[in-house]
Amino acid sequence: MMNFVQVMIDALALGSLYALVALAIGLVFGVMRLVNFAQADYITLGAYSLVVPTASITPPLLFGALSPALMILAVIGMVTMLALMTERIAFRPLRRSDPATLLISSFAVSYFLQSLLTLVHGGRPKAVNIGGALTQPVEFAGIRIPGVQLLTLTVAMTLLVALVLFLKKTPIGIQLRAAAEDFQMARLLGVPANRVIAIAFAISGILAGTISLLFVIQTGLLSIGMGITPVVYAFFATVIGGMGSLGGAVLGGMVVGVASALLQTYLPADLRAFRDAGVFGLVILILLVRPQGLIVTGAAKERV
Amino acid sequence: MQEQKLTLEAREIRVEFGGIRALNGVDLTLPNGAILGLIGPNGAGKTTMVNVMSGFQKPSTGEVRVDGVVVSGFTPQQTARSGIARSFQSARVFRDLTVEQNLTVAGLGIGLSKKAATEQARDILDWIGYRQGNDRRCNSLPYSDERRVSIARALATRPSFALLDEPASGMNERECEQLMEVIVNIPRRFRCGVMLIEHNMQVIMGVCERIHVLDGGRTLAEGLPEEIKKNPDVLRAYLGDKGTRHHAAG
Repeated sequence: MMNFVQVMIDALALGSLYALVALAIGLVFGVMRLVNFAQADYITLGAYSLVVPTASITPPLLFGALSPALMILAVIGMVTMLALMTERIAFRPLRRSDPATLLISSFAVSYFLQSLLTLVHGGRPKAVNIGGALTQPVEFAGIRIPGVQLLTLTVAMTLLVALVLFLKKTPIGIQLRAAAEDFQMARLLGVPANRVIAIAFAISGILAGTISLLFVIQTGLLSIGMGITPVVYAFFATVIGGMGSLGGAVLGGMVVGVASALLQTYLPADLRAFRDAGVFGLVILILLVRPQGLIVTGAAKERV
Repeated sequence: MQEQKLTLEAREIRVEFGGIRALNGVDLTLPNGAILGLIGPNGAGKTTMVNVMSGFQKPSTGEVRVDGVVVSGFTPQQTARSGIARSFQSARVFRDLTVEQNLTVAGLGIGLSKKAATEQARDILDWIGYRQGNDRRCNSLPYSDERRVSIARALATRPSFALLDEPASGMNERECEQLMEVIVNIPRRFRCGVMLIEHNMQVIMGVCERIHVLDGGRTLAEGLPEEIKKNPDVLRAYLGDKGTRHHAAG
């Protein structure tokens, strides 16, 4: 029983992490019909900003040397600026093109950022230690929970709640949700297109910055491809949640995260290598039963 | 807020889709305060005409003017900003949002504060007779309420002209009667003109002051409902095709 509670906390922590990435992808997809694969590189760049660019595999700290509050601000601020810049340079000029063109553009941005990182940091994985104290387990009612999982869960849940409140209560949040569902109709009703798109990218940057910090605290590793796995998972999450539905993105993120963590724990040791196959099998199964995703909105339907 | 415009005119509108003439020289005037019906058999060009007047379709030749200002080169957004609101056959309410938020988006779009936009939303929903709870999400609305919300939302942009595309389709008799009462009161309540595209002749004859009849992309007749009812050309256009539209003459 105790073990099960620990596993569930693990599962929820991973699920909420994927939910955050999925929400970032879902928001941008909603307002632009763009599946932004560069989201992965926002995360990677955020993580690398912690260290000084060198070829060393144990580099000195850059943002990582700041006090925790300043470090968080610097990383999230940097990634948010990056997200806004890519929107301005690579996506806004293509806003009227078809989704395939935007997708190619996002691949271009992604490869560009990866090459840039390889150029200045070298291609080898690096070790970095921030928030070491947080990896200590916390004892609570006889259960030992890794501090990182608790931190991830707390941060992710706080961000999710804050985002939901933002989207439901503020004027720009309501406009953003309207635009995410039916962009043309929203524009007809006077929703400012450039502003809601910029806000969507800013949010995706804030989320990416946060996730990069949580990742580095958890693993202590930097690598050029570190952002790809969570973004691929999050992409599946938005698909099974229902493209264009923000609630669906969160739900989908929880489903793939929890499934992944449970398979990791309960699969026999010999089969554990097939964890991802199990998760993707589940994704296929959900899509066979509900091709439109778990939550269907107007965005998934044909537009007039 | 923006001042209300006085007339919406379409002059000599022609639209061609690769050699096929969807509209062939249609003239139409919608004064503020009036309710004009736009009718015609299937394929007459009604929806194309609405698309032209709302900026969704650029005419091959001809102009759309608001108080003399040509708007036919405008994008749909610019057209909407010059005071022309439209509703769609498919309603297109935001399903993820609540009923009230659907109208709040429209209010915010014309520059109202959130508080003012919310108050306006409540006023209009109350006026239009929507009583099923403003906080209900639009993903589970009955068909007739969905239409009512989409009309209310178009009006929440405080347009000078509202173009309503088949608002009564799929409504039962009682709902149609409620809708007629709503439409009749739009010009006075919102100081705007209404163009109504509708198949339901009971609704058209009940609320329109004038009726414009299209057939095969041309104007077949325009006049008072009584005149249109008796017009032999109109009767032939409706009864001539397959006899499926007997109710049209009613």
